[in-house]
Amino acid sequence: MNNACRFTAGLIAVLLFLWLVGSSSGWAAEYGYPIKDPIAATILSTPPQYQAELPAKIRVKEYQTITIFPDRQVPDVFWYNAELRYSVAYQESRSPLIFLIAGTGAGYDSDKMKLLQKVFYKAGFHVVCLSSPTHPNFIVAASSNGLPGDSRDDARDIYNVMEKLWQRCPPEDKELVSKFFLAGYSLGGAEAAFVAKLDEEKKVFNFAKVLMLNPPVNIYDSAVKIDRMLIDNLPGGISHFNEFYDNIMQKITERYANGDFVDLSYNFFYNAYNEIIPSQQEGKAVIGMAFRISLANLIFTADVMSNSGYIVPRNLKLFKTDSLTDYYKVASHCQGFAEYAENLLYPYHRNSGDPNLNFRNYVDQNSLRAIEKYLKNSPKIGLATNADDFILAPGDIDYFKRIFGSRARIYPRGGHCGNLAYKENVADMIDFFKSE
Amino acid sequence: MNNRDRKSVAGLLLPVLLLALIMTSGCANRQAARHDPGVTIEEARKPVKECVKDDMTYAIDAYDPWECFNRDMYVFNYYFDKYVFLPVVGAYEWIMPDYLEDRISGIFKNFSELKNLTNNILQFKPKPTAITTGRVLVNTTIGLIGMYDPATEMGLLVQKEDFGQTLGHYGVGPGPYLVLPIFGPSTLRDTAGLAVDTSVRAAALNWMTDDLTHQREVEAAVNLTEAIDTRHRTPFRYYQSGSPFEYEFIRKLYLEKRKLDISK
Repeated sequence: MNNACRFTAGLIAVLLFLWLVGSSSGWAAEYGYPIKDPIAATILSTPPQYQAELPAKIRVKEYQTITIFPDRQVPDVFWYNAELRYSVAYQESRSPLIFLIAGTGAGYDSDKMKLLQKVFYKAGFHVVCLSSPTHPNFIVAASSNGLPGDSRDDARDIYNVMEKLWQRCPPEDKELVSKFFLAGYSLGGAEAAFVAKLDEEKKVFNFAKVLMLNPPVNIYDSAVKIDRMLIDNLPGGISHFNEFYDNIMQKITERYANGDFVDLSYNFFYNAYNEIIPSQQEGKAVIGMAFRISLANLIFTADVMSNSGYIVPRNLKLFKTDSLTDYYKVASHCQGFAEYAENLLYPYHRNSGDPNLNFRNYVDQNSLRAIEKYLKNSPKIGLATNADDFILAPGDIDYFKRIFGSRARIYPRGGHCGNLAYKENVADMIDFFKSE
Repeated sequence: MNNRDRKSVAGLLLPVLLLALIMTSGCANRQAARHDPGVTIEEARKPVKECVKDDMTYAIDAYDPWECFNRDMYVFNYYFDKYVFLPVVGAYEWIMPDYLEDRISGIFKNFSELKNLTNNILQFKPKPTAITTGRVLVNTTIGLIGMYDPATEMGLLVQKEDFGQTLGHYGVGPGPYLVLPIFGPSTLRDTAGLAVDTSVRAAALNWMTDDLTHQREVEAAVNLTEAIDTRHRTPFRYYQSGSPFEYEFIRKLYLEKRKLDISK
């Protein structure tokens, strides 16, 4: 159990542990991140010898919880998510405090969050890690309407959490905070921008610096792109998912049974990657599958919390020990974020706001383009992404360069968030916040 | 009746008791109202009965005929963790310096080589048996009864086997998935394996402590410390993932991991 249970979705643990040796010839001398293929980079992230040196142990309070809506009647089936979980790594002297926002479906304690927590702790900051508004715990405990994915609503919900955390912080601890920073990766990166904009009105934190790591430009378009990575690369379509899964498990088993490795370590997947995932097509399907599992969590949780009656019958009470396997089967066979947006998120906003709002206009409201003037004129906001990040549409990189200018750092490779732990990336992140 | 007999009786009783529990266990809340007064349950837009195909195999499927009992146990384990196990482990971690914790872990890992050794022998695996023997010899002597692990540094890597794997090696299927109280995810086969490994371990401990005047107290202390050490080394926390499908994911993961272990 030990190895894999830490993962949010147990099932993907095995698959997401897939590591590759990128054939790193020296042709790109300036930037040393070794994996050339963006798909492999995303799955394997940064091989240990290329990672920045980070402290093994840090001063951190884990398993912290806060009640965001004291009057909320949390459905019995979500009893374990009634309180919002988060973590705080703290310095003992007066230092900046950074809030971190996780990517789609990820919890405050996901591997990437733990990495960033160490990065900024090492930089000398207090670090507060928050789950993504799309994470089931956040949806149940902290989402105002139970339907995440709307940039403005998500920003308000995140801001509300930050405020409540700050309110309950004892005065002597508040004294230890010199100023506030904000950062997020992937969807959390885009949300950081919307939170920063909200902060200009509310002025509770007056964020001194905000960093977006590998954000999408248009959240909807990016999500649909990742959805399609599964559907388009699964031989025979989604109804043949089980064969695809069995095939990968079979390859892992064969390699494991015949190899010298005694456990499912990084090195095992690192060495076996090319056998387990021989083509880019399969790698894309694996990434799409991980995303699909996050979306299944999201759709089911949002459906119950908003009582939308999409998968779970409206008004049906589910209990603590009910079997949810059938609901998982339905949710995981939905067409990901697109289906969620079309059938739950968009109708809610059309019905509660402008009845003439069309779907495309609605999803474009959630794009960074909707706040581009703010982004362009805010020197405190920075961005880091990769030229080969496949969640971006053609032209998005140029768009970033145009809007952010010298505040955009575009690495030549790394896929989607694959190079976050790489030495140079880590140094740049710290440098961004430390430079005046 | 001496200690050893009492232990093996307990070892035999455990599965019987569990089986009785499973048979008599119902799903909690079965009788509770499924909707609030004043509202009716409406058909979902994508109802399960239309969307889930009986003739299709899903990757998430598992043989889990005792799901009711298992889900109850899953919840029970959360509460046991929260109110008993983790507070004790927390106190242990607070009292003990990290360095000492690691030494104690080492001793228990070394003791658990007994399980690896017997099961490698039972499966007629000469190389892993030799490696395990080497590990025990090295770690018990220059590793100071396992406090240190020089064997790994010498390239003798741990060769994990247990009696569940041995049964699997000889073609015994996993049987139904089973969530054990305190121990967590298992199967009928692996539970039988656990009972056997536990009995062998108990017999060995009994033999090792035979000369002591307070044998029973010493054994109890050893068992308790080992339980604490094991939980201390296990990062898993029930429901921490927040996923509504955690039960399904953990079940799948456990079953896959065991298949992998047995294939080795």
